Amino acid sequence: MSEDQPILQVKEVTKAFGGILALNRISFDVHEGDVLGIIGPNGSGKTTVVNCITGFIKMSSGKVYFRGKDISGKPPHKIADMGVTRTFQIMRPYYSLPAYKNLVIPLFSPRAKRTGGWRGGGKLGDRNTVGIDILEEIGFERDSYVPYKTASTLPTGYLKRLELARCLALKPEVILCDEVFSGLSMSEIASMVPLIERLQMDGITVVMIEHRLRELFRVANRVLVMNFGEKLIEGTPDEVMANEKVKEAYFGSEDVEEVMTHA
Amino acid sequence: MEQRRKERLDRGVKVRSDGLYALMSWRELSYLTLPRLVLILGIIVLPFVMPNMYWQRVISIVCIYALLALSFDFLAHFLGLVSLGGAFLIGVGGYISAILNTTFGLSPFVTIPIATIVGAAVCTLLLFPCLPLRGVYFAIVTLMYPLALKRVIEALDLFGGTNGILGVDSFPNSWVEQYFVIAMVLLFLFGTRRLVNTDLGLVFRAVKDNDQAVKASGMSITYYKAIAVFIASGMGCLGGACIVHIFMWSGISLFALDFSIIPIAATVIGGGGTLVGPVLGAFILVPISELLREFGTLRIVFYSLALMAFIVFRSEGIMVYGERKYHQFERWVKV
Ligand SMILES: Nc1ncnc2c1ncn2[C@@H]1O[C@H](COP(=O)(O)OP(=O)(O)OP(=O)(O)O)[C@@H](O)[C@H]1O
Ligand SMILES: [Mg+2]
Repeated sequence: MSEDQPILQVKEVTKAFGGILALNRISFDVHEGDVLGIIGPNGSGKTTVVNCITGFIKMSSGKVYFRGKDISGKPPHKIADMGVTRTFQIMRPYYSLPAYKNLVIPLFSPRAKRTGGWRGGGKLGDRNTVGIDILEEIGFERDSYVPYKTASTLPTGYLKRLELARCLALKPEVILCDEVFSGLSMSEIASMVPLIERLQMDGITVVMIEHRLRELFRVANRVLVMNFGEKLIEGTPDEVMANEKVKEAYFGSEDVEEVMTHA
Repeated sequence: MEQRRKERLDRGVKVRSDGLYALMSWRELSYLTLPRLVLILGIIVLPFVMPNMYWQRVISIVCIYALLALSFDFLAHFLGLVSLGGAFLIGVGGYISAILNTTFGLSPFVTIPIATIVGAAVCTLLLFPCLPLRGVYFAIVTLMYPLALKRVIEALDLFGGTNGILGVDSFPNSWVEQYFVIAMVLLFLFGTRRLVNTDLGLVFRAVKDNDQAVKASGMSITYYKAIAVFIASGMGCLGGACIVHIFMWSGISLFALDFSIIPIAATVIGGGGTLVGPVLGAFILVPISELLREFGTLRIVFYSLALMAFIVFRSEGIMVYGERKYHQFERWVKV
């Protein structure tokens, strides 16, 4: 990695829900082109980090910088408009609409008009067509009419892809993925891993929250471990695996090597 | 016991008319256009079949309520903003039109469009702080607006105070008056129906169903709510502007609660979310309320009973029921 400015800087971010400290002075940097994995036990504050960065909840204190610009406290649509997008752990498609119409909405946004969507070179074509194209690239089979099915009838795997597709429609610079693999079968995960790799090749910086360590460690080049709203350790996948504290906090008595090589 | 279940299937002609095939046969073309033609022609002949001046005037009033009902349905079912501020829109539009007419001597055909646009802007500006409110909170606050404005006008003796503004010009004659409001109802009815099917309309519905996802898509929900409130306010202010030229008078009775409540009842009867339904609802409800006028205050009792019966027995609304019967056939199947 070059020594230039990180694309995303999280500085001493704290979030308290009433008495509980969901985040306690957490700081980390994400460099352009990185795939940063965030892991941690349930309730350790991973989703809260994403919510704070993207403006969906107001942090109690701390700062977030995007390309050196302070974005803390900005409303979520402004942050998304700058190119920092997120998926929702609990998926939020427009259930009553067909899958491709789900993308017409983000494609209507000012950012999509400027950028032209994922592959668009600054020019946005017909929104329906662009939507179907994005869906096809992300794994919706065009010939089987899956893009035309109502979102409420789609299985989880497609809804997770639809979450990603909504981000891609904005031609984002950063995508924060909140557990896009959870609830998927092994084969579905296997088919989504190349997709994440493709995002990286496209120059999109990815932050991935994940419980599936094997797949995460394959795509991530840095990993951050959280526990009780604090940063436990940050480093390359190998460093994290070797760390004693991580073994204790996250895996309990289980041997990390075994988790990694299993299944 | 053998179990049975009602099955609903789209008629073949509906399925075919959803595509381009409709252009190929008269039968399918008429399937699409006939209901619209019946509606348009039905409304257009109404002034001719009315027995006297009094009932012709009722037609104009019905059209004003139809505009308000359309405005209510659009905001409630496509944006999720339940507005009880119909009287507020009528009042703002009415006063603007009356002032322009009496102080600058502009003709109704100039004051009405100005009152529509300026009124919509004023209403949107005043309602702007309430846009983040949801559901019943938005409803209550919008209900307070006409009451507050009425008090302000009374207390500060603005625009003629309790006497109102007298001597507002009328339309050239009653035919022009009726066909003007009828044309406006049809224009806005088909306009909003087209609007909700555009991509912008899709965004409106997205704001209602899933505002978090809209924010995550880089769009300000307040901005889209404001656009919709502007459109809906425009319809209400247009109605208000017409009223002052119909009655040749503008006063605090423009803030009457009727303008807030009857459009909602019309929407319930006609079928919310269909846009046509509320218009039909107004055409049913307002004349009934006129017929009951002879009974004095007792009419409120009849009125409420009729509404209650309706809600109990046909809660989906006339248009929802009608559309289903038109597009689908039903049959009982064994489970
Ligand atoms: N809106 C909220 N109000 C109150 N407490 C909250 C809220 N959101 C999260 N919390 C609390 O903050 C802590 C962190 O929650 P968070 O959802 O960020 O965890 P997580 O790491 O994403 O967990 P998981 O792996 O289950 O998704 C939890 O203790 C949770 O109960
Ligand atoms: Mg979470």
